[in-house]
Amino acid sequence: MLELEDVVTTYGAVRALDGVSLTVPDGTITAVLGANGAGKTTLLRSVNGLVRPRSGRIRYAGKDLTRTKVDNVVRAGIAHVPEGRGVITELTVEENLRLGALWRRNRRETQASLTEVYGMFPPLAERRNRSADTLSGGERQMLAVSRALMSRPKLLLLDEPSLGLAPRVTAQIMATLRRLRERQSLTVVLVEQNARSALSVADQAIVLNLGRVVASGAASELAADEKLRHAYLGF
Amino acid sequence: MPAILERSTLLRHTLFALVGIGVLLLLIHNLGDYRNSQLAPIAYTVCAAAGLTMLVGQSGQISLGHGAFMAVGAYTFALLQAKWTSSHPNVQLVGLLAAGVVVAAVFGAVVGVAAARLRGPYLAGATLALALGLPSLASYEKLSDHLGGSTGLNVTSPNPPTGVNAYRWQSIICCVSAVLVLWFLSNLSRSRVGRSFRAVRDDEVAAALCGLSVARVQVLAFVVSAGCAGLAGGLLAIINLTAGPGAFPLSLSLSLLAAIVFGGLGSMAGAAYGSVLVVMLNLSWAQTLTDKLSIHSAKVANNMPLMIYGVVLAVAMLAAPYGVQGALHRLRMLATGTRKS
Amino acid sequence: MFRFLNLTLNGVSLGMIYAAVALALVMIWRATRIVNFAQGGMLMFTTFIAWDLAQRHHINYWVALAVAVGAGLVIGAVAERLLVRPVENGPPLNAVIVTLGLLIFLQALAGMIWGNAQAHSYSPAYSIVGYSAGDRTLLFSPNDVYIVTAVLIVVVVLYLLFQRTSLGLQMRAAAFSPEVARLLGVRVGRLLTLGWAIAAALGALAGILAAGTQTGYVQTVGPFDALLVYGFTAAVIGGLDSPIGAVIGGLLLGIVLSYADSYVSNNIQTMYAFLILIAVLMVRPNGLFSRSAARRV
Repeated sequence: MLELEDVVTTYGAVRALDGVSLTVPDGTITAVLGANGAGKTTLLRSVNGLVRPRSGRIRYAGKDLTRTKVDNVVRAGIAHVPEGRGVITELTVEENLRLGALWRRNRRETQASLTEVYGMFPPLAERRNRSADTLSGGERQMLAVSRALMSRPKLLLLDEPSLGLAPRVTAQIMATLRRLRERQSLTVVLVEQNARSALSVADQAIVLNLGRVVASGAASELAADEKLRHAYLGF
Repeated sequence: MPAILERSTLLRHTLFALVGIGVLLLLIHNLGDYRNSQLAPIAYTVCAAAGLTMLVGQSGQISLGHGAFMAVGAYTFALLQAKWTSSHPNVQLVGLLAAGVVVAAVFGAVVGVAAARLRGPYLAGATLALALGLPSLASYEKLSDHLGGSTGLNVTSPNPPTGVNAYRWQSIICCVSAVLVLWFLSNLSRSRVGRSFRAVRDDEVAAALCGLSVARVQVLAFVVSAGCAGLAGGLLAIINLTAGPGAFPLSLSLSLLAAIVFGGLGSMAGAAYGSVLVVMLNLSWAQTLTDKLSIHSAKVANNMPLMIYGVVLAVAMLAAPYGVQGALHRLRMLATGTRKS
Repeated sequence: MFRFLNLTLNGVSLGMIYAAVALALVMIWRATRIVNFAQGGMLMFTTFIAWDLAQRHHINYWVALAVAVGAGLVIGAVAERLLVRPVENGPPLNAVIVTLGLLIFLQALAGMIWGNAQAHSYSPAYSIVGYSAGDRTLLFSPNDVYIVTAVLIVVVVLYLLFQRTSLGLQMRAAAFSPEVARLLGVRVGRLLTLGWAIAAALGALAGILAAGTQTGYVQTVGPFDALLVYGFTAAVIGGLDSPIGAVIGGLLLGIVLSYADSYVSNNIQTMYAFLILIAVLMVRPNGLFSRSAARRV
């Protein structure tokens, strides 16, 4: 279980997160919605230690992560797919993937994860020895998600996976998430501007506005709330 | 400040320059020969550093080889002085210095054309090789007869007007030149040209989309900057009474760069502070500090000033990453109570 | 023709030394996007250590070499931790000034310990008497064979390290995209320190190889500064980002300098370096082998 308690994160004088609390039960998909600048990305960056919250507390599986650095957060079983995909284009597809599992220092598991991921996304297997900058946008997103899965995380943080992708590819990625949740009880925090597609896979959701939680609840409830949809979600 | 000064930058800069020359003349008059012999190198370093800060700080290019342009200025001065005698020593002096500026600027244009194609470390590498390569031409067999080989060419110091001693006169020449350079560059920086420099520095694509010819702007920055270095080289020749390859080592080019980063990149005042710091550190302060330590070993004592210089360079960058100007700015912010977000 | 062959061989040997320095600069550039102007000072210092051991205390060549390489590892790591780390995210020119400060500091320190006045000589590992071809002597000696082999071995080892090991994969990831690498659990900070350490150790080897090529090479200032400039020139010719480019650039520079020295004049070596550099950069502004676009210094 991931728990955020009254987290405040600031960039200079700007309060990007202004007292956010959130509980993500294991084996669920939680969507974090909101407009540009609402603090969605900052929420993920605070959880994985890329920025340090000014106050508040972040706990995962009973461990306090508030002051943990990025490279150790990953070792706690939390993988992050950054916005804009963060594929390292100078490396090949397979190198990108192997990088995701390196900290585990276990060759056999790495190999098993590779086979698994290639099974999930066959286009990656075909291009395994190609440089990652030859991939299309959709393939890069698949690569980024796969790379995060290589470490066999228990919690996956996804930042705007649908950004700039064709609806078909988005749907494919969402379906994969759903499947992973069901089969491996993967926990997912999904940051999205595309509220409609996020709510279609999520169990619960929160809506952020200017760093505060303005709504939270079951995904289906939020999707049904007409006022909320007009005010914050834009569909 | 009167309204007219607020409105006219040119007038304001001119007033500052006149006041500056007045203060410096007063200072030179009251300083002894020894102090004046330190003031002159500071002043010609200001000329070169101000030009370099225009190039690096404002147009966003880099040069690790400004010593080469100084060498061009110095050799031009020395070569022409041997050929051209004039009954008016002052006219001759101005003419020779101006020739140094022009020839260095032409060199700058040539290097600039090449530089406009290069970015970042590639430009740094090319100018670094230039700094080392150009002075070595003096030893080239086919040129060494004209350029005086590794000992260089002799330069005669301009005759001072009656009643002024030689040290003071050298100081006056250098200081007036430095103020003129600062005056010229300050105005240039506030003009269309300066704005185009900064536009190119900040975003070449955006500048090109606004109709600026990026390459032309970059070449112009090199021309201006090399011209200033050429003037500095001519002045250096007057002070050293010689133009030789030994006067333009790689460390000269690098300490010019240190001076402008020290002072605060892109600012004329910063170039002046930085030059004072670097020259004084090299000439005097580090030596004084060494003497105070009363070290017995000659090896240690001889190298102590250099070591102090190196340590100060590194520590200053760690302590004040935006130089003197940056530190002053921060102090001002603290004093007025505004906080940078 | 025979002269041409001789000059080429001589150039290859020199070029391999430039290549080693270039490779060290490339490693640091890739890891931290900094041109390490202190490289010349670092390798001067380690060469002095080895010289002190080998020439003054008559310790075995290989032991002295090993000590110098070890010292290089330490100097590189300390420099990265103490000086480079704090300026890494500051304005790019500051890193340049910091490495200059380190260069000057090392030159002064070496002067304090060993004095600046004399130029010392370093006995090479193997004979410098050229092999004979018929009744003529080649400008290529057992020591040149050693130089070429030593640098080639280092190149191959580094290649295997970077391309075939997971440590190398992590180092490449940390160099290309530090934030993403961190997200994937890569200990970026440690790898940068390691990168600087390896580069300085490589420089230490290059310094000792160079010291054996000429009498009076070992001085606090002078030849090692030139070695830095040639190394940098070679690295820039190759494209700064590319280890293979560094080797090719080094060889190219070594061979052309060798021809020019003999056919034109041997007083203006540094000017040739400049001309070659400009010639290459005019055709390919980012060097011969660079893939990614240049960033600012």
